[in-house]
Amino acid sequence: MANFTPVSAAIGGALIGLSVALLMLLLGRIAGISGILGEFLTGGSEKGWRLAFLAGLIGAPLVATLAGYGVASPQMPGSWGVIIVAGVLVGFGTRLGTGCTSGHGICGIARLSPRSLAATAIFMAAAIVVVFMNRHVLGG
Amino acid sequence: MRDTLAGLLCGLIFGFGLLISGMMQPTKVLGFLDLFGGAWDPSLAVVMAAALAVAAAGYALARRRGQPLFAAQSLWPKARHVDGPLATGAVLFGIGWGLVGLCPGPAIENLATGSVRVLVFVVAMVAGMLLQRAWQQRIQAQASMLATAPDG
Repeated sequence: MANFTPVSAAIGGALIGLSVALLMLLLGRIAGISGILGEFLTGGSEKGWRLAFLAGLIGAPLVATLAGYGVASPQMPGSWGVIIVAGVLVGFGTRLGTGCTSGHGICGIARLSPRSLAATAIFMAAAIVVVFMNRHVLGG
Repeated sequence: MRDTLAGLLCGLIFGFGLLISGMMQPTKVLGFLDLFGGAWDPSLAVVMAAALAVAAAGYALARRRGQPLFAAQSLWPKARHVDGPLATGAVLFGIGWGLVGLCPGPAIENLATGSVRVLVFVVAMVAGMLLQRAWQQRIQAQASMLATAPDG
């Protein structure tokens, strides 16, 4: 567990929870990222706050960089083909399953929704199996 | 205007949370998902636990207050049952997440780094969302045609 960073994880997690709580207290909406992006792309109304949320999400590391906080460049495994397949699966799957790590994993479990508990257990299990296959069966 | 500012504020806080927690980094997420690699990183579980604690408290407060500050009503999701599309969608999402370590929040946030690999992922993710929408509309159109088809 050499890479375990419990303090920054707890602080960052609390901020994510604060954002989820504030969006409900201020606008009465669920802070699920796939839902916000998906409804922005295909929904009819309420595009304004959704676009602003997405802009804030992208703006955070820019503000942090200006303030002198180092933002690491993302390290992603996989060929271009794998990246494209993964992106399509994440987009299609989160809309079909009506949520992702934030909408089901945090917002849904915070309101004790059986749907969200099930969805979170399923996507975690699927991801764990894929990482196991990738790292310990197929390659390494 | 108030909605836009509230959305921006919540997006910023969410983004700072992902950044500080390390969850913007796909390899750190994969380090959590790799339970059997000998160097398991439980950080993501701590992120979720802390987020859940604060979110649950906020939701309890929101339910007590009833009406949100800047909107007519709170839209709490009503569906509670587990069905086929939920399970299938979660499996597909999980496979994609496990392949590269990106879920929608960190993927969008990482656009700020200018990474071309992330940009390609996000374009594919948007395509997947539009594809799902088109597929769903097709199924609904077929269902309504069947429902209105004459018997003879």
